[in-house]
Order: sequence, then structure tokens, then C-alpha cells
Amino acid sequence: MTAFSALIGRELRMAVRNGGDVLTLLLFFVIVGAVVPFAVGPDKDLLALLAPGIVWIAAFLSMLLGLDRLFRADHEDGTLILLRGADLPFSAVVAAKVIAHWLVAAVPLIVASPILAVLLAMDMGGFWKTVLSLAVGTPALAAFGAVGAAVTVSIRRGGLIAPVLIAPLAVPVLIFGVGAISTGTGPDQSGAALLFLAAISLMAAALCPFMAALAISSGED
Amino acid sequence: MTIETAPKQSWWNRIAHPSQFVAWSRPLLWPLTILTAVLFLFGLWFAFFNSPEDYQMGDTVRIMYIHVPTAWLSQFVYAIMTVSALGSLVWRHPMADVSMKSAAPLGATFTALALFTGSLWGRPTWGTFWEWDGRMTSTLVLLFIYLGIVALWRAFDDQLRAARVIAVFTLVGAINIPIIKFSVDWWSTLHQPASVFRPDGPRMPGSILTPLFIMFFAFTFLFLTLHLKAMHTEVKRRRVMALERQAAQAGASA
Amino acid sequence: MTDRQVFSPLVLGAQGLSCGRGGIMLSEGLDFRLEAGRCLLLRGPNGAGKTTLILTLAGIVTPMEGRIALEGVDEEDGPQLHYCGHRNAIKARLSVLENLEFWASVNGPTGLSPMEALDRVGLGAIAGLDAGYLSAGQGRRLALARLLVTQRPLWLLDEPTAALDIEGHKLVETLIDDHLDQGGLVVAATHDPITLNDPTRVEILAIGRAS
Repeated sequence: MTAFSALIGRELRMAVRNGGDVLTLLLFFVIVGAVVPFAVGPDKDLLALLAPGIVWIAAFLSMLLGLDRLFRADHEDGTLILLRGADLPFSAVVAAKVIAHWLVAAVPLIVASPILAVLLAMDMGGFWKTVLSLAVGTPALAAFGAVGAAVTVSIRRGGLIAPVLIAPLAVPVLIFGVGAISTGTGPDQSGAALLFLAAISLMAAALCPFMAALAISSGED
Repeated sequence: MTIETAPKQSWWNRIAHPSQFVAWSRPLLWPLTILTAVLFLFGLWFAFFNSPEDYQMGDTVRIMYIHVPTAWLSQFVYAIMTVSALGSLVWRHPMADVSMKSAAPLGATFTALALFTGSLWGRPTWGTFWEWDGRMTSTLVLLFIYLGIVALWRAFDDQLRAARVIAVFTLVGAINIPIIKFSVDWWSTLHQPASVFRPDGPRMPGSILTPLFIMFFAFTFLFLTLHLKAMHTEVKRRRVMALERQAAQAGASA
Repeated sequence: MTDRQVFSPLVLGAQGLSCGRGGIMLSEGLDFRLEAGRCLLLRGPNGAGKTTLILTLAGIVTPMEGRIALEGVDEEDGPQLHYCGHRNAIKARLSVLENLEFWASVNGPTGLSPMEALDRVGLGAIAGLDAGYLSAGQGRRLALARLLVTQRPLWLLDEPTAALDIEGHKLVETLIDDHLDQGGLVVAATHDPITLNDPTRVEILAIGRAS
């Protein structure tokens, strides 16, 4: 087993055996979406109009609030320092952790998004676009989140500072993510939005592991 | 930190030592302050007494003389922070850390000022204090980035270690800002087919340009003066922390 | 030179090395030269900078002044050192064996097999146990086992005997002896006395301000 797949494998194994925090993130996602009708009323037309935005806000918040799990546990038990001595570049280690984090934190959201689509009276066409836009956009959220988690890993009281840092940077993901589902009353630009979203995800996936690795090693120095 | 006693050191290396930087730049402070004051005096005089009213907006257009320079400064200060971040990461220049830290709250203030004046200026046109147009929205996101960085500095216990980590984040922000602008512009064309207000209109007679340029320089020098002063303060603050730590160590081994 | 030599002869050298953290210099002007098959013990009071020196040698912390060099190393080989710090990096909910297999995969399975390494450190009987149940001493043994599954010439040990009983202490000495026999180098920061088979291959470096 290569070092890279061993890293991903271990993260997945621990997520499965630790169960709890992933379930919590998933519940948070569904609850945020489900709570909106209590706030704006159950009018189907209104909900259908807002649905893409609500689903994406729920995904956005879930990914941001869950990003602490990327590095904090490893930092606290000393694994992170040891991983710097591993037989592969540290940015590859970080990339493996980001991939594992996406598999563990984002894929459940993508799978659960139909539930929200139904609750928020989304039509069938929007349904598949939602799943697709989440699949294409959540890697960017995971990658940006990794940078936020890396920058704040040595701050003891962590808390909300990492989500607060990353939220402005992730605004384009939110804009194009929602745009990839529906672009409102004008001409349909959801295809263009999906392409922009894919471009951002690719760029983030390529650059963020390096920046996160740099942030972690700078923080020890 | 040791003071190097080698005789022929380049100026750049000499000012890398914090107290030498302070000593070298202290004489600049008063001239800069005076220059800033003079520029503001001229700029404001031109703005209020020597430039025409806008045919549509009346006297409120004069807010432009504050809004446009502060909006430009909000970007310029981030550029300064980005250059400082590179200096910190690539060359490990100690004054780069100090420059980066001092610039953040200043950038946040100018950005907030730009939003505030933009909001005041827009009120007569929009009827409300806020419209989600592309430019104001991008500026709002930029304000959140600045405030996040200020919060980040305060969250770290060890400021020296914090500097390089925050430098990495600043660079990530710098790469993101063009993307944010692009996406916000795209978003605003979706939801508002016609752009609502353009602060730099198509016709710019000379009598508007002169005060505008003077105010640009006035605000830029205001930033430079405040930044320099803030850097001095930060150097002194670090000196105090170092002395306190030394006292603690001396007390422990006594 | 015994025929158990595994590592090519390396030399760890430091010249004018000054280490510190957070802008404070902790140890100044260190000079030493450690040859293959020898052990350097760092002694000094708490807070004197032993941990910082180990981290600096490990490449985690940048030296404030001076230089470190590991001579005789081929550029293309992977990492040449094992760092064993205060924390054991053990994951609960994974078994003892799974923990070790992970490190063998990530660092390269060039040493003992994970099961053999566990036997060597005395944890063979509980290989399948959830690592969250390990005592402090058992956890330390698992951390030491990590050094055995991947062969690297330089060992940097920070308080290796912490939380270990007398037998565990002897285990550490035996492991260091074996490693030195193979031509490896050991730098260990410790308060405890370390007695090796051949006391002439131990050097002591005192860290911290002379009182």
C-alpha cells in the first residue's frame, strides 16, 4: 500500500469507527435546510425559488464548521510533526488528508442533498443540478477549508476563527455553486456557472495543499 | 537578537534590525505628517469650494472625494500587505512581519470608510443606505477578509510565529481577491441587469480631476504616515514583550 | 565495524549552532560532531532548550544561527531521521497493530515487520487491542516500535524513557545499543541515566546556562 493511500485509508477507517462527528455534520446540513421553512413560511413557490441558495448555504456552513477536524487532532497528539518526516512530500500528505476529508465530510452531504431538495420543493431538473453542483463545488470548499484549518491549527481555542477566515474566500464557490443550479429569472447561465465552479475547484485542489503545508510548517518554526 | 557589528552592511540589512529601522525612519515622521496635513488642506478646499456640483446629485457628489480614494486605498493596503507577506516568507525580513501586522487594521479602517461614504453617497440615488451592487459587495467581502486577518493576529499567542502563518493566509487571500471580484460581478449582472451607479462617471472635467488627485495623494500619505507610526509602535511593543520575557527568565533562575 | 552494519557511515555535525523559539535564544554556539555508531546525550535543566535543539536537528525549527549537516547522505534517499518526541501519536479506535502498520506504510516498510517490531518492544500479545486502552508506558513502547519498522540512520529521541518502568528503561537501552551496532547515530535528551553496553560510545552535551 503506498504511503498516499495508507493516509487516506487511515482517515476513512477512523471516520467510520469514530462515526459521531461525521453524523453530526450531516445532521447539521439537513437541519439548516429544514429550519428555513420555519423562518420564511412553507409557501412552495417561495421555497422552490430559494431552494438552491438554501442548499448551498447549508453545505457552505457545514463544510466550514467542520474544517477543524482536518488537522487539530493530529496536531494535538503529535502526528502532524511525525508526518513531516514521512517518505512523501508534506504537501502530498496534506493533499491526502484533504481528499479524505472531502470523502468523509462532503460526500454524505451530496448524498443527502436530495432530502433537502424534496423538503424545499425543488423541481426534478433542479434536483440533479444540485447534486452535480455540490459534487463539483465541495472540493473547493474542502481545499479552502484546509488552508483555514492549517493557519489556525496552533491556536488553542480555535473556535470560529477558521470559518470566519475562509468564508470570504469561499464566496465565489457559493456564487457559482448556486448559479450552477439556477440563475434566476434571466437567461439560463447555469452551464457557465458550473464551468467556473469546476475551474475554481481544480485551482483550489492544486494550490491549497501547498499553501496549507506551508502554513503548518511556518507555524512550527 | 544580536546587533551585528560588521562595518559594511547594506542599508537593507541594516534596517532589518527593528530598532535601527525605527531610528532610521523616525526623522521621516514629522515631514510625512505635515505633508499629509497640507495635502488634505488643499484637497478639501478644492473639493468643497472649487469644484462643480454634479448636475444630478448636487452637493453630495463631494463625498466622492473621500469615497474614491479610500476605495482605492483599500486595495492598495492589501497590495502592501501582500508584498510584506512575500518579504516575510521569502526573505524572512523582520520588518516585513511588522509591516504586515500594522497594515491590517489600517486597511480595515479605510475599507470601512469606503463602504460608509459609498453608502452615504448612494442614499440619494438608491433611496436606501445599501445596495448590493458589484463594487460595494466586493468591498464588503474585502472588509471581512481584513477583519478576519486582524482577528487572526489577536488569536495567536506567539506573534513571531504568527507572522509567517498569517503571511501564507495573506497570499491565499491575494490570489482569491480577483476571483471574488469576478464572481461578484458575474453575480450582480445576474440579479441587476443595469448597473445602478458609477462613481467615476463618463465625463470628468478637469475641475473634478484636480481635487480628486490631491485627495488620492492626501489619503495615500495619510496611510503611509499612520503605517510608519504603527510600525514603530509594534516594534516598541515587541521590545517590551522581549524584556518581560527576559525578566521572567532571570527571575526563574535566580 | 561489526558485520551488522546496515547504515553507511554518517556524521552529524553542528557548527556555531544557536537554537531558540519565539525570538528567545535558548542555546548558543553549540559545536559537536557525532560519528556513526555513537550516542550523544543532551543533559540540562528543564526549559534549557533540549527539546528545541532536538526539533532543530529534526528540521522542524530553523536554527537562529549556525549550521547543521548530516554528512555522507545520498541526496536521493528519503528522510534520514526518526524523531520521537513527547507525544506518542497514537490513534484510539485503531488497533495497536493498525497504528504501527500505518507508520510502516507512510515511512516505508524497510525495517522489521510490524508484528516483529511489536514483539521486540513487548506489545506482541496485545497487537489486536484498541490502542486507546494502552497505558502511558505501553504507548511509549508503541512509539519506539515505530522506529523499528522503518530503518533510518539518525534517531532523535526526546525523553525516550518517559513513563517507562525499569524494564522499559532497559528496552530503550537495548534498542539504542542495537541501533548503534548497526552504525546508526542517536541523539537523546534525557534526565535518566542511560547505560549502554559500551560506555565509550556515549558523549554528553550539557545544554543551558551554567549555574
